[in-house]
Amino acid sequence: MNVMADVTVMKTAAETALARAYAQARSGLPGDGAIAAQRQAAFDLFAREGLPHRRIEEWKYTDLRVLMREAKPLATPPDAAAKARAKAAGKLLGDVECRRLVFVDGAFVPDLSDLTALERGLAVTSLAAALADNDPALAGHLGKLASGSDVAVALNTALMGDGAVIRVGAGSTIERPLHLVFVAAEKPVATFVRSLVIVEQGARAMLIESHEGPAGVDYQVNAALELFVGDEAHVDHVKIISEGSEALHVSTLAAAIGGGARFNGFTFTTGGAVIRNQLFVKFDGEDTVAAIRGATLLKGKQHADTTLVVNHIARGCQSREVFKAVLDDEAHGVFQGRIIVRPGAQRTDAKMMTRALLLSERAEADNKPELEIFADDVQCGHGATAGALDRELKFYLMARGIPPAEAEALLIQAFLGEAVEGIEHAGVREALMEVVADWLETRSRAGAEVEHA
Amino acid sequence: MALLEVENLHVVIDGKEILQGVDLAVNAGEVHAIMGPNGSGKSTLAYVLAGKEDYAPTAGTVRFDGRDLFAMAPDERAAAGLFLAFQYPLEIPGVATMTFLRTALNAQRKKRGEAELSTPEFLKKVREVAKKLGVDQEMLRRAVNVGFSGGEKKRNEILQMALFEPRLAVLDETDSGLDIDALRIVADGVNRLRSPKRAFVVITHYQRLLNYIVPDVVHVLAHGRIVKTGDKELALELEARGYAEYQEEAVA
Ligand SMILES: Nc1ncnc2c1ncn2[C@@H]1O[C@H](COP(=O)(O)OP(=O)(O)O)[C@@H](O)[C@H]1O
Ligand SMILES: [Mg+2]
Repeated sequence: MNVMADVTVMKTAAETALARAYAQARSGLPGDGAIAAQRQAAFDLFAREGLPHRRIEEWKYTDLRVLMREAKPLATPPDAAAKARAKAAGKLLGDVECRRLVFVDGAFVPDLSDLTALERGLAVTSLAAALADNDPALAGHLGKLASGSDVAVALNTALMGDGAVIRVGAGSTIERPLHLVFVAAEKPVATFVRSLVIVEQGARAMLIESHEGPAGVDYQVNAALELFVGDEAHVDHVKIISEGSEALHVSTLAAAIGGGARFNGFTFTTGGAVIRNQLFVKFDGEDTVAAIRGATLLKGKQHADTTLVVNHIARGCQSREVFKAVLDDEAHGVFQGRIIVRPGAQRTDAKMMTRALLLSERAEADNKPELEIFADDVQCGHGATAGALDRELKFYLMARGIPPAEAEALLIQAFLGEAVEGIEHAGVREALMEVVADWLETRSRAGAEVEHA
Repeated sequence: MALLEVENLHVVIDGKEILQGVDLAVNAGEVHAIMGPNGSGKSTLAYVLAGKEDYAPTAGTVRFDGRDLFAMAPDERAAAGLFLAFQYPLEIPGVATMTFLRTALNAQRKKRGEAELSTPEFLKKVREVAKKLGVDQEMLRRAVNVGFSGGEKKRNEILQMALFEPRLAVLDETDSGLDIDALRIVADGVNRLRSPKRAFVVITHYQRLLNYIVPDVVHVLAHGRIVKTGDKELALELEARGYAEYQEEAVA
């Protein structure tokens, strides 16, 4: 008698609730029959696999079956009060001049967005509208990159309601950064946003996405972005994860980069209780130059997992990956980075570096860099370090009159600077360093209170 | 009262007593040289004065301008006017030299209740000091000591000393590894700052530097104690005879 063959894993409360949510929402979700079939196939994958758990290698450090105790109800369209609260969102970018596209509880809000005087070559719509209209922009793109076996992505596909659909026409240069502002308004709900960005041949654009919401509300975000970068195009992508203190955030960037292109990606991770940031980037065309970087700042009991898969398919591409994490209190930072060099990808030049700075003895860093190389003429390397602040350096600064908290702040800023400096837009760079400075300010104030207590 | 008063200072590091009862009094206006064989505890003394952790005294007292030095954190000592030029200045990647200098100077001023310098005021001051010392402006644009040669690092220490205008500067082998031109820059930096209100403790292994910075008092530190004190002639004697007799004593 073979007992094992018959074992069915017990569904968790969250899995059961997600299945129920899909069954109830299915008929009302936007899109035609083909989209409905895509949704169903994705849902079937989830139904088979369940939520990702620690025995799935890619999710080893972020066990959603444990971390996601319950699935929140799907968000309903925001009311006037929710929209009013969302007005102040996106402010963490300071006064960087952007074209804002605002999504409240996962729904596009035109009144809060700027759709006037679109630059020549720029087309912007919402996913809900594009699906309802059978927009031809979707065909051949939607679901092409966000596919495969990842269950978080599958759930996004099954339940995607709204998002941005952006096309930058061949040869167009869009000077003003496009800022997708995702805001959770107030309620403990779940949102599934999917965006699609197509930057055609030779075009130039900068895309910023920020995710934020109120402290103390245990809302859930599953966001995915499919990004197509055409040949000779030049794209900057900056993702800012600054969710509320109790939020669960899972987001995925799935990007395909064409030949002779430039891609500069950055993720800034600082807010949320549980964060999973997935970056899947593939190099489809030859001789592209790319950098994918990130900075993570965590405290309290925050958990943030950055999982990066860089796929070198075409030959002659260069990629640089630099991820830095600053972990305080009992925070847990995870970086899993895999560079795959396919058999045809000769002359690949890929280097990945990850460093964690532990500010507390209870903080924890897991770094897992991997190389999978199937070509022979390549230059690849990776490195990983984790350690405390350098006490000798701190003493040197203090011996010059700099108080301990300020000395630490200088060293932490310098540590993160190496990654943040990779952002080409000076205004965004400065705004993020300002966020870092605020974080450090809060930290030293908290430290001073503990000392005086 | 002397500006710096060290009495019966004992320091144990890793279970080994490195300083075994150092007595030293330095008056304002004076330059003292401390010489001694390698490993005799010169840098240890410098670190204890600056307040490095793990260099806590097991016995003795140090008064700086009448205050108990050991009751003050390293940054407070700096603000009170104590400066240490490190034997091995550290590289701080990612921290711009200008940011470092301005943060340090303003932190000191703030702690002393003086107004912080605005960016233009600071720039003016730092450029003046750099020019006087013949320090290349290019050096100021880099991260602190990153990619600096040994000589540049030492020069950067002297630049900081000149900028902070301390009451007491302790120079730990600032001369070692310097060519004659760099040595002159260092000596020049010290001589410019010499004043009746200020004092210097120049730690050196060689007499050479003392041709340029003429000391009022010369001490020999050996196996954790000041074993001999004299005038500048003592330095010449040491140069001629070497440290052998002091090292032998240590073994005995
Ligand atoms: N951090 C340390 N840990 C262990 N031993 C040390 C440390 N610093 C100094 N020492 C020891 O203390 C002694 C004195 O060193 P130091 O003060 O550097 O001498 P000097 O500067 O006169 O050459 C040496 O024996 C050295 O090995
Ligand atoms: Mg020494």
